This record gives sequence, structure tokens and C-alpha cells, in this order.
Amino acid sequence: MFPQLEALLPHVQKPIQYVGGELNSTVKEWESCDVTWALMYPDAYEVGLPNQGVMILYEVLNEREGVLAERTYSVWPDLEALMREHGVPQFTVDSHRPVRAFDVFGLSFSTELGYTNMLTALDLAGIPLEARNRGLDDPIVLAGGHAAFNPEPIAEFIDCVVIGDGEQAVLDMTAIIRAWKAEGRPGGREEVLFRLARTGGVYVPAFYDVEYLPDGRIGRVVPNRSGVPWRVSKHTVMDLDEWPYPKQPLVPLAETVHERMSVEIFRGCTRGCRFCQAGMITRPVRERSITGIGEMVEKGLKATGFEEVGLLSLSSADHSEIGDIAKGLADRYEEDKVGLSLPSTRVDAFNVDLANELTRNGRRSGLTFAPEGGSERLRKVINKMVSEEDLIRTVATAYGNGWRQVKLYFMCGLPTETDEDVLQIGDMAINVIAKGREVSGAQDIRCTVSIGGFVPKPHTPFQWAPQLSAEETDARLTKLRDKIRGDKKYGRSIGFRYHDGKPGIVEGLLSRGDRRVGAVIRAVYEDGGRFDGWREYFSYDRWMACAEKTLPESGVDVDWYTTRERTYEEVLPWDHLDSGLDKDWLWEDWQDALDETEVEDCRWTPCFDCGVCPQMDTQIQIGPTGKKLLPLTVVK
Amino acid sequence: MQRIRLRYTKRGRLRFTSHRDFQRAFERALRRAEVPMAYSAGFTPHPKVSYANAAPTGTGSEAEYLEIALTQHRDPDTLRELLNESLPPGLDITDAVEARTSGLADRLTASVWELRLDGVADEDAERAVAAFLVAETVEVQRRTKNGMRTFDARAAVAELRACPQPDRPADERCAILRLVVRHVTPAVRPDDVLSGLRAVADLAPPVPAAVTRLAQGLFDEESGTVTDPLALDREAVPIAPPTAVGTASP
Repeated sequence: MFPQLEALLPHVQKPIQYVGGELNSTVKEWESCDVTWALMYPDAYEVGLPNQGVMILYEVLNEREGVLAERTYSVWPDLEALMREHGVPQFTVDSHRPVRAFDVFGLSFSTELGYTNMLTALDLAGIPLEARNRGLDDPIVLAGGHAAFNPEPIAEFIDCVVIGDGEQAVLDMTAIIRAWKAEGRPGGREEVLFRLARTGGVYVPAFYDVEYLPDGRIGRVVPNRSGVPWRVSKHTVMDLDEWPYPKQPLVPLAETVHERMSVEIFRGCTRGCRFCQAGMITRPVRERSITGIGEMVEKGLKATGFEEVGLLSLSSADHSEIGDIAKGLADRYEEDKVGLSLPSTRVDAFNVDLANELTRNGRRSGLTFAPEGGSERLRKVINKMVSEEDLIRTVATAYGNGWRQVKLYFMCGLPTETDEDVLQIGDMAINVIAKGREVSGAQDIRCTVSIGGFVPKPHTPFQWAPQLSAEETDARLTKLRDKIRGDKKYGRSIGFRYHDGKPGIVEGLLSRGDRRVGAVIRAVYEDGGRFDGWREYFSYDRWMACAEKTLPESGVDVDWYTTRERTYEEVLPWDHLDSGLDKDWLWEDWQDALDETEVEDCRWTPCFDCGVCPQMDTQIQIGPTGKKLLPLTVVK
Repeated sequence: MQRIRLRYTKRGRLRFTSHRDFQRAFERALRRAEVPMAYSAGFTPHPKVSYANAAPTGTGSEAEYLEIALTQHRDPDTLRELLNESLPPGLDITDAVEARTSGLADRLTASVWELRLDGVADEDAERAVAAFLVAETVEVQRRTKNGMRTFDARAAVAELRACPQPDRPADERCAILRLVVRHVTPAVRPDDVLSGLRAVADLAPPVPAAVTRLAQGLFDEESGTVTDPLALDREAVPIAPPTAVGTASP
């Protein structure tokens, strides 16, 4: 259907994002494949294309005989309007086929703010919005990604959910769908969904009923047919070296948010930061070996021509051989003008050494650290073990080594937080500048403080916590801003960036919502809500108005979902989705948080029984392997 | 240092690449093909590539030009093949010549364009072209970064004619225009000429015109033709490779 789309492209912004043809993209012969997947990252192309999850599954599926995967992204409102006017459906960018023609329509949700974009895509595709209205020729609509660990708010729109690592799971699903198709699709949609559900690794919301108590809380979630499990488990891929994906990363023609070759150096994190959903739901830690990393970087650079390599993970400096990795790669690519970057680093001097190594020949512009909490007390609550001394020592090393700018990340609205905790962020920034001027002897060094609002997430110790209201968040941040701006001596060296509290409330509603929130999402979509992750499009007022219209029927409201503290007994909407974490352990950790008691990392101290390894039959996989990255043979 | 001049295309769906998109794609292709590029000095060194006069986003082209600087000698034809393996189909290198003259940009003084107007009858196109050509000036407007700008689209047009397609079935109306435009400031683009045709004769194609640059080069006022800008490099005497010193055996 490219010709129909092509006629519309001269009228839209950045048409290149809709034409496909990226380097390393794959177009397989449609007729030769018996299971077809349309994969979507429900945001604009420039954000969705570099997404590692989609890229990995795209390649894993396309490598298999008889299976094909194509990609689709959210179209901007200018093209959406033209597509509706001319009857052009949601399409894949690879071979420009209608999404409705595929067997599976899989969406990866990194954030809940993509839900309205999913509805836009379904509607443009001509697929009924509600799962129960779909027929045999509609694709199976599948949700994955971190947000899918609580898929209840979108339960009525999706057919099934996979939580955890997707590599193996998509192949298992493919086999089931292939067999069902080969048999002539017996029993229709319901039969194939049942076959998926009975594996215990695919959640089909329609097979579960939610019962509510008179006060609005959930009574229980119960399977409504035999043969499906009470709880659905997450998937865990062991041995990352067996899954060196993406091998052939996509290189777009259009400009995107990350223009680099990314290598995931480990998956999972056991630092135990209590606010961090990613760290909780991706356990245990599984390292890629130093040699595996070296090989992926080498092949990936050859396949892409990228000038930068990003070593990704939730806390990259924690790899057991990160020092040798950084040095080995810096040695290998010193002559080739390849930049190396290490996002997500923690606060200690070792990181400055690493950063020095990675920028051997380049400019030392900015270093980023995330203390997350302004006061030492609050850092104990969130289990982010950084003392003020550590931080000052670290930044002193950084400024002493020629770095000109330090960026500090914090959150506002953490449990037990007071104004005083947040105002201490200002003191910290002032101390950083004072120390920086002292060690560097320069006045022009800078410190940027960047603050995000805290949103309690499912499957974390803070899943019971009350969220701070938007008004209180804004008031607290205003006080902090005034304090920093008011400082005559240091204020001008401190940058202050923050987001207002309103988007966080919507994110909170969607994160910890249940099936009743689906009506709000639908109302927002029907009222024109799109691209909620984009400031230009997000409308807090629209979300609140739609919530006021749709929620009262159920006797609950936005505050009930966000600022209300939950009790131990309460059945949480995601309790039937098993991330491996023991709910009692999470509760104890929540109590420890309130007592300001810290928990160590189980990589270096004994197991603290979070429950994941025994429940999922997994274990920590870490080095050191003792191997080194040798110089590459130069072929010129 | 060796300089090589390349002619390349923007075909099919890749005509939607903007010039910035093309630059990124081309520089990555250079890295994948391990071309020994010369780099600029400074903190963030860039490979030395000079782009000339890129076609607007959305228009196809058979004749874009650029020049690259290499630190080691390479055979232009081998380099062309190597780059074509590395570039996506549609962005194709169609010519490669070692630079032996200066001023490639100075030899790009006009372009030949083909405008395909689906849904427009030959007679209507011919009438509009005639009205355009008899006009002294044809004022058109274009939105620029600094707001709407009004300028003359007539003076820069050296040639404009409809190319009737007698073989085409009567129910498939599609007019083809051939246009030669001198490169002037402000630039007159094929779009501006289409606006001009609308202004003088109310010619309004029902679907967007498919526009392709067929050639680019030095405009010969006498013959009214556009000549190959790489011809001079091709004809010039090759620069003698540096003689090896100190190879005499004892």
C-alpha cells in the first residue's frame, strides 16, 4: 500500500520516518511465512526506532524460517488526519502492509504514557479497540515491556501480555500459533489464546475476573475457566552470551534520539533502590561476558558505521569487569574516532576513573550522577547508599580531572520526604560548586540539578506508598528553586531543571491503576489524547476531566489511585502477575524503608531472600572471567 | 591528499531523505566501507566532505554532487563500487572522478528537471506552459524561515516545455514537463515554477507532482544545454603520482 501512503507524504513533516528502508532492516517474502508479527513501539519513530527491545525481537523473529516481523510506529497527528481522510490504515514501515494483516500485533510499553497511542494505532489499523469485539481475522494484540507488569488498565484492549524477557517468549508463542494455524485454526481466537495461557507464561486478561469490595478495593482476581494458572510468571533469559542481539542494529536515515551502537552489558540489578521498578522486575543480575561484549561491539560497528558505542545496563559501572571492558574498548578504538559512553553510573570515584578512560582523547564536558535523594536520611529510605562525603569526594575528583560540569539527578515526592529533605538538594549543589571551584581553581564550572517527580510503581517496595500530590510537588520544588536562585555566591553556577507534578499524577494513575482505569484511557483517546509523553501534546486537564466523567461509577477517583496509601491486606491489581518477588519480602523492605534501614547488594553479600531466584529457578550470573580484550588485527 | 568527486542519486522512496539525513547516511557508509577519509582538525573532527547544491526533500534526483578528501590514494571506480555496497539502494553513486580542477560548485549553474503531473491532460499542461513563457515576470510566494517571501519565478527559467506522450491511453492523464532552471538567488525551485503555472493558468494537479532532477551542470547560453560538470576532471591530464624516493638498491 506504499503508493497510497506516498501520495500523502509530501504534505507531512519529516516524511522519511514513514518510508522504511533502514540499513539492516529485513523484508521477508510474505507468502513464505506462516507466522507474521507486527511490532510496535507506541511513540514517534524518532523515539521508537532506537528501542533495543523492539530491535532485538525484530531480529530474533526474522532469523527464523517461516516467521517474519515488521515494525510500525505512531504516526504524528498531521499524517493521522490525512490517513483518516484517505482511508489509509496503520502500516508497517518495512513493506508497508496494513497492521491488521498480521497474526500478532505486539506492542512494547516502556512507559504507560503510550496507552493512548496504542488506541490510535488500533483504530487506524481497523482493529476493534476492545479485545472482546475482535474476530478471527484480527491480529492477536500482545503487550510487553516494563509497563506491562501491570497491564490491568489496558486489559480490555489487549488479548494477551508477556512479562519479562521477550527473546525466548516470542519464539514459544510463534510455535503455538503456527501449530494452531496449521490445524486450521480450531476453536477460533479463544482456542489459540487458551493454548497460550495454559503455558503459564502468557496472561490473557479475558480469562480472569476481578471482583471488587464495597469500598472499591479489589476482592480477588480469579480465573474464569479451568486450565489457566492463578498466577502468570515472568520470563527470564539466562546466559546473555547466547543472545547477542541486536547483531545488525538498525541504522535509520531519519534523525532519532539515540544515534549509537548500544550493547547491553548486563541485565537486572540488585542494588535494591526501592523506587526503581526496573531494578526489581529484571532480577537476577546476568552479565554478558567481556569477550561477548567485545564481539558485539566489533560486529555492530562494522554493520552500522556508528561513531559511538553505549554500554547499556541499569548500573553499568557494576559489571564485574567494567574496568577491563572500558580500557580494552578504549585501546581498540583509539584510532578510529569511536566514542564510548557509559550511561547510568553511580556516585563514586571509580566512576570518574572510568569516565576518564572512556574520554581519553575527547572533550571532558559533563559527568552525571544520581544521588536521587537530597538528604542522607532520605537516601536511607530509598536504599541509595551514597553519603554526602562520597559525593563531594567524587565530584572533587571529577573537577580535578578536567570535567567542567557535573549533572545531579534527584527525585521529589519520595516516601516520608519533607520540605527540608528537598531543600538539602540545594545545599548539596552549593557544596559541589564550592568544592569544584577549590580543586579546579576555576570559576566557570557548573552543576546542573535535574529533578523528576517520584511515581510509585508496581512490584516495588513502594507499591503501597502514597504519591505526593501535584500541588505539593510543585510547592516543594518552588521553594528549592528560590533557595538556589537566591544564593548570591553560587546560585549562578547551578542549573535547575524540573518537571511539574502534573504528568506524574497521570503516570501514577496508569501505573497503579486497575481495570476501571481503562475507561479513562479510552475517554482521553476519544477526546483527542495522543503522544502523552510529549509536553506539546500532554493535557493534564483532559485526563482529569475524563477521569471525573468515567471513574465515579466505580466509586473511586484519581486520588484513590495515586495519593492513597495501601495496606498490607489489600489485593493489588497486579498480584496475579508474578515477577518472582515475594510480596512479604517487598512489604518487609517497605517497612525497612520507613525505619531508614538499608539492604546490601546480593552480588557481594549473602542472599536477602527477595524470592526471585527460587521462584523463577534462576541465579545470579556474574564474572569475573579473567579474560581481556586483545587488540584487533588491523585489516587495511 | 586525494580528492574524489561523486555523482549520486536520490531515487524512489529515498527521495524523502532531507539533506541532513543524507549527510548522516553517507558519512556512516564511509565508515562502514572503511574509506580512508581525511578529517578536519579540532576537538570534534569531521570527515572532509563538501556537498553542493542539494535537491529539496521530497524531490528525486539523478544528479547530486559531492566531493570527498582521502588520506590515501584510491581508484575512483573501486571506491564507487565499495560505497554502493554500503549505501541503501536508491542512494546510488553513479559516477566517481578524481578531482583535477578547482571549482566544482562554480560549474553547477543550472539544473534540468522532470515534473510528472498525474491527472493533468497534455493540452492543459501545454496551455499553462505557453502562458508562463509569454509572461515577463511570474510572481510566486514561498514560505521561508523568515516568513512568506515573494519573488519572480520566470527569469531563472531557461526552458520549459510539455513533452506529450502520444502512446499513453486517453484515460490515464499524465503530463510530463521538462524544465531547465538557472541557479540564481533566491533559488527558483520546481515547486516555485508549479506555483507559477497555477498563478498564470490556474494549473492545479490533483496529486502532488513527482519531481526529479535529471542533470546539473554548467549552463551553455548558446545551445541552452546543461553540460556534465565532471567532464573537465575526466579530460584533464592526470596528476603524476608522487615519485618514490630512495628506492634505489645498493
